[in-house]
Amino acid sequence: MLRPLLKLRGLSLIAFSALAFVQAAAYAELSIEITGAGASRIPVAIADFGGEPGSARAVTSVIRGDLERSGLFKLIDPSGLPMTEETSPAYGDWRSRGADALAAGSISPTGGRQEARFRLYDVNKQTALAGAAFVTSTPMLRAAGHRIADEIYEKLTGERGVFSTRIAYVVRKSAQRYELHIADADGQNAQTALISKEPIISPAWSPDGGRLAYVSFENKKPVIYVHSLASGQRTVVANFKGSNSAPAWSPDGSKLAVVLSKDGGSQIFTVNANGSGAQRVTTTAGISTEPFFAPDGQSIYFTSDRGGSPQIYRSSLYGGDTQRITFEGSYNVSPRISPDGKSMAFISRRDGGFRLAVMDLASRQTQVLTESHKDESPSFAPNGRMILIATELGGRGVLSAVSVDGRIKQRLSIPAGDVREPAWGPFAK
Amino acid sequence: MKQLIIPALIALLVAGCSSTPDGDQGGAPVESRDGKVATVTAGGVDGRNLPRELTDPNSILSKRSVYFDYDKFDIKAEHKDLVAAHAKFLSNNRQFKMLIQGNTDERGSREYNLALGQKRADAVKKALTVLGAREDQIESVSLGEEKPKNTAQNEAGWAENRRGDMLYSGEF
Repeated sequence: MLRPLLKLRGLSLIAFSALAFVQAAAYAELSIEITGAGASRIPVAIADFGGEPGSARAVTSVIRGDLERSGLFKLIDPSGLPMTEETSPAYGDWRSRGADALAAGSISPTGGRQEARFRLYDVNKQTALAGAAFVTSTPMLRAAGHRIADEIYEKLTGERGVFSTRIAYVVRKSAQRYELHIADADGQNAQTALISKEPIISPAWSPDGGRLAYVSFENKKPVIYVHSLASGQRTVVANFKGSNSAPAWSPDGSKLAVVLSKDGGSQIFTVNANGSGAQRVTTTAGISTEPFFAPDGQSIYFTSDRGGSPQIYRSSLYGGDTQRITFEGSYNVSPRISPDGKSMAFISRRDGGFRLAVMDLASRQTQVLTESHKDESPSFAPNGRMILIATELGGRGVLSAVSVDGRIKQRLSIPAGDVREPAWGPFAK
Repeated sequence: MKQLIIPALIALLVAGCSSTPDGDQGGAPVESRDGKVATVTAGGVDGRNLPRELTDPNSILSKRSVYFDYDKFDIKAEHKDLVAAHAKFLSNNRQFKMLIQGNTDERGSREYNLALGQKRADAVKKALTVLGAREDQIESVSLGEEKPKNTAQNEAGWAENRRGDMLYSGEF
């Protein structure tokens, strides 16, 4: 069942110290439901972690929740087989329960902080696959759980986990209150980066994960800001006459593609990340908007109505060589390119509904992944496996994550409030 | 295994049972990116007094909205007198500035709708300048689908939201 695993690694130990941060008050948190699951899931057991029961339970449940939510694992019941990373696994017992992989660990206090240790075993080969220890402050134990889940995910699937990444989204609390939130990828630990009386749209993470570009209407018109999350410092990067919108970072973080109406119409420009050096990219009459850089930074995908209906095009960053990418249907918008550059997520109007679709860029084959009526704002997880979207359920905005094959769907929702404009952040550095 | 417990303060990567250290294990601190996010509150703009002819309900100039058909950007005949009146006011009062906010209904992409709203605001601006307002008196912007006047999800609601609003200095 396990895919060919990476080379056997001994138990290596990572210890580090980090600053203890005071956590902002937790707001209403996102909850996650799995509404579908992948066909073949890896059976894995996560033994109850040892150590102080409260901390141990917290870390164990983060790891289990992460793995289960990915849709790639089937969690095996560990009850009656207590163990930690220091115990030799009873491989026979775990095998008879159907586990192909097993993880065990413990939490222990160390100098006012907490150390979370774990080991991962291949039950069939009866070997250790990985192990690590993470030292953290007690309030950040969940982060240690996410790191352990990332290690397990990577060893068992061969691709990087995204459990330690963050997401951004906008909550409309009322007609006079909008909030930009940053949360862990599981929707927990939400913090507020910006409160405004006016709408906030189109948040986009800088490649280093430290800043967000977004459009704010606080000056009664759309203006693009870059906001440093740790300091709260905000820089206006585009406030030209007319509208300023749709920011997208270049892969190296040096530039933003933006949409400006300063010269008439809505046209794509690039600006430096500090707002200087605006250069026009598109010149055709009509609308050009929603730019998104290809991973090589050389071309831009965007939405345009130049052919009479909104469709997706690709153009060289230096103008010219424009190709139309979408042809099926009369409304294809919001292109986002996968991290490997091979596929494109977008929103397509089909049978009257706005639905998430994915195109394989080499074959131009398109798969519609949902049956929604109002999907918006797709963004790829940094490992390319899931796509986060905004959609609507019972008249309320909710967030949903859909696997690129459409088989796994998770719903995230805040009980009170309208959630929209999600953006999945990059890998933790 | 006890020897593997290393004090946090030492902060180093150690290969344990393995004889080959794994450089790609990922040794970054858990908290390097999960730190506190500072909360910022964005400000608003206060209005101020306008001449009575712009606010008197009996004056055509108190009306500020131009409505558009679905996927359309041309000014309908029923709104031409209103636009002409505002053009005349602007040409007689060169010190006044106007912000035109274009709006759309909620269907479709927010950013694409922002561009559609810009087309509507630009259409109102063009009509005003043709009728005598100066280009530098007017800024046309879009609010897209973000500020619906009517939140009903039906044609009556959407029709009210496909709109250009003309605001004078002090109103924005």
